[in-house]
Amino acid sequence: MQVPLKVLAPQIEKAKLVLITGHYGSGKTEFSVNLALRAAECPQKLALADLDIVNPYFRSRERKEQLDARGIRLIASSQACTDADVPSLPADVFALFQDPDLYGIVDVGGDPDGARVLARFQPQIMATPHEMLCVVNANRPETRDADRAVSYLRAIEATCGVPMTGLVNNTHLCGETTVEEILKGARLVREVSERTGLPVVCHVVVRALCGEEMLAGLPLFPIDIYMKKPWE
Amino acid sequence: MAKELWKGNEAIAEAAIRAGCDCFFGYPITPQSEVPEYMSLHMPEHGKVFVQSESEVAAINMVYGAAGSGMRAMTSSSSPGISLKQEGITYLAGAELPAVIVNCMRGGPGLGTIQPGQGDYYQATRGGGNGDYRTVVLAPSNIQEAVDFTQEAFDIADQYRNPVMVVCDGLIGQMMEPIEWRELPKRNLAPKDWATTGKHGRDHTNVVNSLFIDPNECDVHNDHLAAKYAEMEKNEVRWDEHNCEDAEVIITAYGTPARIALTAIEQLREEGVKAGLFRPITLWPFPEKALHDLAAKPQVKAFVDVEMSSTGQMIDDVRLAVEGQKPISYLGHAGGVMPTVEEMVEAAKKALKEVK
Repeated sequence: MQVPLKVLAPQIEKAKLVLITGHYGSGKTEFSVNLALRAAECPQKLALADLDIVNPYFRSRERKEQLDARGIRLIASSQACTDADVPSLPADVFALFQDPDLYGIVDVGGDPDGARVLARFQPQIMATPHEMLCVVNANRPETRDADRAVSYLRAIEATCGVPMTGLVNNTHLCGETTVEEILKGARLVREVSERTGLPVVCHVVVRALCGEEMLAGLPLFPIDIYMKKPWE
Repeated sequence: MAKELWKGNEAIAEAAIRAGCDCFFGYPITPQSEVPEYMSLHMPEHGKVFVQSESEVAAINMVYGAAGSGMRAMTSSSSPGISLKQEGITYLAGAELPAVIVNCMRGGPGLGTIQPGQGDYYQATRGGGNGDYRTVVLAPSNIQEAVDFTQEAFDIADQYRNPVMVVCDGLIGQMMEPIEWRELPKRNLAPKDWATTGKHGRDHTNVVNSLFIDPNECDVHNDHLAAKYAEMEKNEVRWDEHNCEDAEVIITAYGTPARIALTAIEQLREEGVKAGLFRPITLWPFPEKALHDLAAKPQVKAFVDVEMSSTGQMIDDVRLAVEGQKPISYLGHAGGVMPTVEEMVEAAKKALKEVK
């Protein structure tokens, strides 16, 4: 049997759920959507849960059509709430815990405030094989150094009661990302890893840069940009 | 300095702190809530004042008080909240108090939608409150501009002792973009010897006031304000032209639609259509002469005004500037629906076809 979430990293074999957290603006949604579309290459039941109650725009639920087309179930607030900033959660989040065949990727809102939604499901999460990933972007001023990144990570854990299991380097500058930027992020997550003991699961890299020699040897997760701005 | 990735609203807040904002008063409303959120976290770190007021009306009146005592004061909100602030803004203008007001615009009227909008153009440029007054209105179309304009807004406000607005649509407030923090040239500003900070040995007490019981005094005061607005019109007007040198069809747009227009123009040029963009950066003072002169060029055949508004608002200023020299068509959406690249390309081609 194939394991959908193994596409992220070979060590993630047993996870039934991957929870994506981090400081807002770190690129969690882009990563979540890409991860869902990659995981859908394995023919298992898969859901992307958009539990972002922080951002009013740029949410993974906006990619519903693409997810539908690939047979990925979108778990998000009702249509009436799609364009609202109502902090409501859909009842079918429970499917992630109750359906034994359903694999889930959970796009959590930014910061400890956004991660608060997980606290409500903490017992169920802890009872399910899961990965709790912290996405780090070294170009976000509030997580530009290891001190700040660790403090965000710890604050998220404290809010939701779910310990982190891994780090994701998603250092970018939108369309201006260079290999140097990614390597800067790699140094940052390595330092965070040394301080916390958490493994670096992957480095998120736009497909065009994946072949760069300087990135050789790093565990890369290639992405395409789905969360586009209206002029892109 | 290296580039950093900032969200529009938090960048605006940080820019204000760097510009020496002493006091921020605000109330949460989507899509601008990250401005007060950021301020609440960081203003105290700098020994500055943050107050979450009980309402938008309270916030703008706190700005009035702080500005009156010579502080650099700011508030921010989104469309319905800015409507509530209008009384305070006309009082600020009447009492000649400098302040910075950020409107992260959403769809209207009424509560509208939390998605981006540009339906507050009239309100911002005509003075949404009562009486004859104007505010300088800066309209960034990317986050770097939002940062630069917010910083400069404090200097403009102080120079003219007048409220200055920074209007961006919700997308600019909510999106992430790389920016660079840079030192901006500071204006040579007069000391605030009018502020109500105590007598300090003077023979008179300063008074902050917008009430003139004697009609002649009120008339003189209004003439003085009008002269000041004429100065702003002379000194502060700003715009940007892109590919206008040989353009036959010109899109007029500001904020996010101007950004979308750049892609549309690129596409039109690839198809052999000579298209350009005229982008007002100050919505007031409107770059009337520049647009008038552009319209007078023989190769310019038509204009397409694009806004996130169903009726079109800036189009009135475009019409006043173009003065009937060339036809103007309109493309617009409201309620959070953004004009697309494809729609702009089609509208530009149609406008050209109609004149040829």
